[in-house]
Amino acid sequence: MACGALAGHVRDIAARRGWPVAVRSLPALLHNRPQKITESAERAVVCALRSGRAVALAYADCGSYGGLDDLCARYRVRRLPGLHCYDVLAGPERVAAMFAAEPGTYVLTDFLLRSFGRAVLAELGLDTHPELWPDYFGHYRRLVWLAQQPTPALAEQAERVAAMFGLPLTRVEVGVSRLEQELARLVEGIL
Amino acid sequence: MNPRSAEELLGQLYDNTLTGNGPVVLDLTNAGLAMGLDPETLLYQALIPALEEVGARFERGDFFVPEMLIAGKAMAGALEILRPLLAETGATTIGTIVMGTVKGDVHDIGKNLVNIMFEGAGFHVIDLGVQVAPEKFVDAVREHQADIVGFSAFLTTTMPMFKANINALAKSGLRDQVIVMVGGAPVTQEYADVVGADGYAADASAAVVKAKELLQRRRVGAHA
Repeated sequence: MACGALAGHVRDIAARRGWPVAVRSLPALLHNRPQKITESAERAVVCALRSGRAVALAYADCGSYGGLDDLCARYRVRRLPGLHCYDVLAGPERVAAMFAAEPGTYVLTDFLLRSFGRAVLAELGLDTHPELWPDYFGHYRRLVWLAQQPTPALAEQAERVAAMFGLPLTRVEVGVSRLEQELARLVEGIL
Repeated sequence: MNPRSAEELLGQLYDNTLTGNGPVVLDLTNAGLAMGLDPETLLYQALIPALEEVGARFERGDFFVPEMLIAGKAMAGALEILRPLLAETGATTIGTIVMGTVKGDVHDIGKNLVNIMFEGAGFHVIDLGVQVAPEKFVDAVREHQADIVGFSAFLTTTMPMFKANINALAKSGLRDQVIVMVGGAPVTQEYADVVGADGYAADASAAVVKAKELLQRRRVGAHA
């Protein structure tokens, strides 16, 4: 079960590594209502377990504040480590250092850049209420793009988003190698 | 608009606060005052119930953050008009509360909504903003002789600052003089108990109820 924000990478990695897994994704937009992540994941986990499949969650804590850990304990499944996918992609120490250096850091991923209009502008009501921008983002001081598979189009989009914020953009090439390592650990127990 | 009675005006004020129609809320607030309604009536019979309903709808998943924000802003606009009038009419301040998002955390949407509810309920709110260091909380509690200090955190990584803030209050000799409340998305009653806070609430409406309860208990205790 993968968060929609990671599912593409998870599928690619699983296919490349030849893992005999089916990747089911849950909507990435659940991150805007993280309290719903656990209940959605639970429905999917229960459904998969009932059909006799072994399950692993390609989720970090993702704002469930322990909800996914409780779920994992109840159904004896495992999830990715870390608080957010940023930890999985860049490493928790690197992410912690980033926020320690500047708490007002807004983190972008490839997925978030691709879906910025829908996942951020529309979901936060900024398309209809642009006056809310300072309420959401007024305290941010910089953007950091954790680039997994950067393309010129994504780079352009990152610049556009940075221009919307009016903030400096830092690009950090993280790739998908850490994600791949963590996925390998995750599926080790179920393959 | 153009309400023909006080009841109709209050109904419209409630509805437009609920939907976050700021300009209309301002017009209706002014119209209500012109009609002879007192500020407390506008506040307690329309604005606050509307924001409480916003909170309830958010809990049910019917509203999301933007709806809460525009409703909160609409009510904040009305409060700008009502605040000086409430002071003029001798409406007493329930208590003074110092609020802030803890050091290392820049998230303040929830805190700002709580501030609006506290103000609406008659508290004098001193908002220190975001990334507030322990010594700033201490200074503000001392300067404003705060009854309550509220710490907000949105990140699990910044929640430990609650304890740091409480320790700073203790070190400065102020801990026993001020009620400490904590809140924020990752915070639970259990965590509040662990860090030694006096109160926790899961949402803005509950925070006001809790604050009043804690204040009352302290004042009764002081006079016992």
